[in-house]
Amino acid sequence: MSENKQELQVAALKDGTVIDHIPCDKLFMVVQILGLEDMTNNITIGFNLDSKKLGKKGIIKIANKFFSDDEINRISIVAPHSKLNIIRDYEVIEKREVQMPDVLVGIVKCINPKCITNNEPMKTIFHVVDKDKCVVRCHYCDKEQVRNEIKII
Amino acid sequence: MENRSFVTISGHSKENILYLIEMAKQFEKCTNRNLLQGKIVATLFFEPSTRTRLSFETAANRLGARVIGFTDPKVTSSSKGESLKDTIMMVSNYADVIVMRHYLEGAAKYASEITNTPIVNAGDGAHQHPSQTLLDLYSIWKTQGTLENLNIVLAGDLKYGRTVHSLIMAMRHFNPTFHFIAPKELEMPEEYKLYCHEHHIKYTEHTEFNEKSIADADIIYMTRVQRERFTDLMEYEKMKNIYILRNEMLNCTRPNVRILHPLPRVNEINYDVDDNPKAYYFQQAQNGLYARQAILCDVLGITLNDVINDMKDKS
Ligand SMILES: [Zn+2]
Repeated sequence: MSENKQELQVAALKDGTVIDHIPCDKLFMVVQILGLEDMTNNITIGFNLDSKKLGKKGIIKIANKFFSDDEINRISIVAPHSKLNIIRDYEVIEKREVQMPDVLVGIVKCINPKCITNNEPMKTIFHVVDKDKCVVRCHYCDKEQVRNEIKII
Repeated sequence: MENRSFVTISGHSKENILYLIEMAKQFEKCTNRNLLQGKIVATLFFEPSTRTRLSFETAANRLGARVIGFTDPKVTSSSKGESLKDTIMMVSNYADVIVMRHYLEGAAKYASEITNTPIVNAGDGAHQHPSQTLLDLYSIWKTQGTLENLNIVLAGDLKYGRTVHSLIMAMRHFNPTFHFIAPKELEMPEEYKLYCHEHHIKYTEHTEFNEKSIADADIIYMTRVQRERFTDLMEYEKMKNIYILRNEMLNCTRPNVRILHPLPRVNEINYDVDDNPKAYYFQQAQNGLYARQAILCDVLGITLNDVINDMKDKS
C-alpha cells in the first residue's frame, strides 16, 4: 500500500529524476555525492520508507534534473543497486540501474594517512578493482579498500 | 607528450627491465661520459637519505650534468606550507629532470602528472623505491648471468621491507622461486602472497634461519630487523640474534650464491661474512651508480644505442 502511495508521489513529478532503492544509511552520502545541497531545483527526499527488497529505503526526487552517466554513477560506490526513473511529463520514460565506473575521481578519500592525496590540495583517483565486492585501489599509493571502509570526501 | 618518468618498476615489461640492465652494463664498462652535458639534474630530498642522494648525484656528475637541489626540508619553503605542486612547478622551470625523495606515498606519481619534466622516484615513503629495485636486479643478473629460474631467499623483516616487495613484483617475469624467512611478527604480508599466487610465483615460508634454509639459494637477500617494529622488546632481543647471517653458515651453500643487502646493515650480517667472496652487498651498492646512470639517461630520451655509440666514439 505504501508502495502505491510512493508511486503516486513519483508520478506527481512532472519532469525530472527519481532515485529509488537507496539504502537508508547511505541516503545522506548520496545527497552529498550528488551535491544536492547546492542545487536550486525542487528536491524531495524520502527517508525510512517501506521497501520489499531492503526493508527500509531512501528515495530522492529531483525536479528538472537529468543526470549524465558520469554524474549518477558516482553514487554506485555507496548505493550500487539504486534505480533511476527518468520522468517526462508525469511518465516514467526510462528506468536505469546505476553502474560502477572503472575510475572514481574526486569522490573517495584514501584510508592511508601517508598518502599524498591526504596531504596535498588535489583530487583523489581510485581504480575499481572488483565491481562485485566493491574493492577500490588508490591511484597514487596503491592502497586497496573495500566498501565498508570507504569514506566520501 | 610521452611521459618518460621513472616512478615505479612494477609496471615495467620484461623487455624494458632487460633493456635498462643492458644500459647499466654499458655504464659499468665506461662510467665517465658526457651524455648529459648541458643538462641540469635537480635532486629534491623532502626526506633526507644521504646514500641515495649521493648515488644519484654521482651518476649525474659522471654523465656530465650539473646538479641543483636541496636535501633538508627545513630550509625549503615546503616547511612554510608550500604545496608539493608549487615546488615541482618552480623547479620544473630550472631543471631537465627531477629526482625526488618524499615521505608521502604516491608523491612521485603525482609530481609526474603535473609537469612535463621527467620525474625519477628516489623513494616515496613505504611505497616504492624503484632505483633500488633496478640495482638489485642488475646485481642478481650480473652475479648469476641470468634472471631466469633462480632460487631467492628473502630473510629478515619481510613485512615492512619495501625493497623485498618491489623485488618480488619485478621478478615476476623470470620464473623465480622465493623462500620467505621471517619471524611471525614480520612475515610476508598477505597481499604479496596473493600477488605471488596471481602471477604463478612459487614460494615457501619459514621461520627458521639456518644452514639448511639457505643451502639451495642462488641469492640470499637480507634485510634489517628494526627494533621499532616490535611492540615487545623481549621478542626483539630474541629475534635479532636469530636472523643473523654468519660466515660458518655459508659452508654448505652453492658456489654461485651471493648475499645482497640494501644497506645500511645493523647486525643482521656478521662482519666475518664481509671477506667471503659470496658477500656482494658493497658491490651491490656500487651497481646503484650504473643503474641510476641508466635511469637518468632513459628518462631524458637517451637510448641504449646512443650509449653504445658514445663509447665507440671514445675508443
Ligand atoms: Zn592513497
